[in-house]
Amino acid sequence: MSRVFVPADAGALALGADAVAAALAAAGAEIVRTGSRGLYWLEPMVEVDGPAGRLAYGPVRAVDVPGLLAAGMLRGEPHAVRLGRPEDIPFLARQTRSVFARTGIVDPASLDDYRAHGGMRGLARAIEIGPAATIAAVTDAGLRGRGGAGFPTGVKWRGAADAPAVRRHVVVNADEGDSGTFADRMLMEGDPFALIEGMLIAGFAIGATHGWVYTRSEYPHAIAAFERALGLARAAGVLGPDVLGAGFAFDIIQRVGAGAYICGEETALLDSIEGKRGQVRAKPPLPIHKGLFGEPTVINNVVTLGSVPAILADGADAYRALGFGRSRGTMPIQLAGNIRHPGLFEAPFGLTLGELVEDIGGGTATGRPVRAVQAGGPLGAYFPPALFDTVYDYEAFAARDGLIGHGGLVVFDDTVDMARQARFAMEFCAVESCGKCTPCRVGSVRGVEVFDRILAGVDVDANLELIRDLCETLKFGSLCALGGFIPYPVMSAITHFPEDFRVRATA
Amino acid sequence: MDDTARWTEPEATEIILRHAAQEGGLLPALHALQARFDHVPRDAVPLLAEAFNLSRADVHGTLSFYHDFRHQPPGRHVLRLCRAESCQAMGADRVAAALRERLGVDWAATSADDRVTLEPAFCLGLCAVSPAALLDGRPLGRIDADAVVTALDALP
Repeated sequence: MSRVFVPADAGALALGADAVAAALAAAGAEIVRTGSRGLYWLEPMVEVDGPAGRLAYGPVRAVDVPGLLAAGMLRGEPHAVRLGRPEDIPFLARQTRSVFARTGIVDPASLDDYRAHGGMRGLARAIEIGPAATIAAVTDAGLRGRGGAGFPTGVKWRGAADAPAVRRHVVVNADEGDSGTFADRMLMEGDPFALIEGMLIAGFAIGATHGWVYTRSEYPHAIAAFERALGLARAAGVLGPDVLGAGFAFDIIQRVGAGAYICGEETALLDSIEGKRGQVRAKPPLPIHKGLFGEPTVINNVVTLGSVPAILADGADAYRALGFGRSRGTMPIQLAGNIRHPGLFEAPFGLTLGELVEDIGGGTATGRPVRAVQAGGPLGAYFPPALFDTVYDYEAFAARDGLIGHGGLVVFDDTVDMARQARFAMEFCAVESCGKCTPCRVGSVRGVEVFDRILAGVDVDANLELIRDLCETLKFGSLCALGGFIPYPVMSAITHFPEDFRVRATA
Repeated sequence: MDDTARWTEPEATEIILRHAAQEGGLLPALHALQARFDHVPRDAVPLLAEAFNLSRADVHGTLSFYHDFRHQPPGRHVLRLCRAESCQAMGADRVAAALRERLGVDWAATSADDRVTLEPAFCLGLCAVSPAALLDGRPLGRIDADAVVTALDALP
């Protein structure tokens, strides 16, 4: 009997994938639980092995299973929800999958399957060419940090490798707290060995023996999937005192966050792993010199390290050939919020915001006009449709007073109240501030109070002026991106949607 | 919430000591305590301070910093509703208001019948199936109030 692939990705589980898998298993099908392909409006999306490759069906509900089986789903027979070859679905066909080449396809609980789909070639190549050439390849590829800051990854690795040390660390930031982002979660659930391989390459390159993954507690399925992969990798000798018999030691510990958004900031994250309050550290010293436990540390995002194996396996030139301007390679863009086709769209930099939202995303889920798109999480700017010609790359977004952050796009329809969204940004900052910098700790609380007056129509002009002034203070008086970037959503709402604040002036 | 126990000092001490030798073991110890007892009472502070050779103030500082750690046991079920932007864009505020009324529970509080504790979450990574929730750790997507009440009613 042919195998049936059912996602165990948390997003698919949220739509009943477990019940679908149970119904198929009860009918005698051989089930493989995979990650998600990232086409969430079609989840749970079930795939069946056939002579011409896999065929997809979706969305499939548990109650649909008897009918699907009767129609001959296991033989790939037609049905109202048969989607054909997944690679031919336009949303997937238009992508360039590099980091997510295997997610949704492989069994995340099988190292053999990972290898059979091209895994571990990058590490083999790194070992072959040595640490210095490995760092050079990452630098030449033009890879920049996918967590949001966009810092050149190879430069960071060089710095940590050159720092004298008894012990060095590779720390992975899997504290993916930005609303509208879920790429880290999808990779850890669907292709965890890719992250392990990326960490091994980083560890080998900089001479680190210790790897740490700091995963947020809101991701119980990613934590479990990654923990399982760590066990399998240790059992196979991929992690441990002599990695693959190549003569270097590297092991990985996963640590779980505890619901503090600020721990996604790299220095707060280090303090949290050390068992302290997640408070931001002043820089310098940089983590590459004094990081975890005061030792040289490379901190990279999950997607950054997930990008590394392909760079080594296929060469820096192939990676650098993709992209736009100074933003090279591919970016897993996450389409979320009120959007018809929510999901993961990995593509080279260079599409426009409008193409992503209207064309690929299909506009809003509610069918109403798009009014605003928040790019880059709760610290990112709200873009109106008038700015939909903005090219998706680090510099173009910065030039429009925004950021791409970790690649999330949250779409809002025309029922959104942008004054409320601006207030929410301040409220979020107040709740999540670590308390170290006064503008962020106190200013955000005062900002919420000022917005409450604006919402009540009290002295709107004077109070908006106060908010502008406060945002200047936050921007220049904060150590980290929480206080420093919260002006992006606040000021973009005021600048691009002034009518939402005006209404209250006359009310 | 199965497999959780009443707080006892000997068992808590045993759990804490399992983590005391780990580098940065305080956070894993707090997680282990909460996994076992469903909360981390203030009584844990001196035990942790002793085991980790920290001041009580340091332990309190860490414990109180993180939103996850509860100081009282929750109700029989824990509902974590996402309140972040992607879910807002899909009507999460309306769903939350309806649920608070129907379940008779406020944010970070437990219903009078001890059945459910409602906790806010700022993103569950389920933004492609917004609005979303975790019910006893089980993800629920594209929810409305009816769907959550039905899922809750199906639990013991």
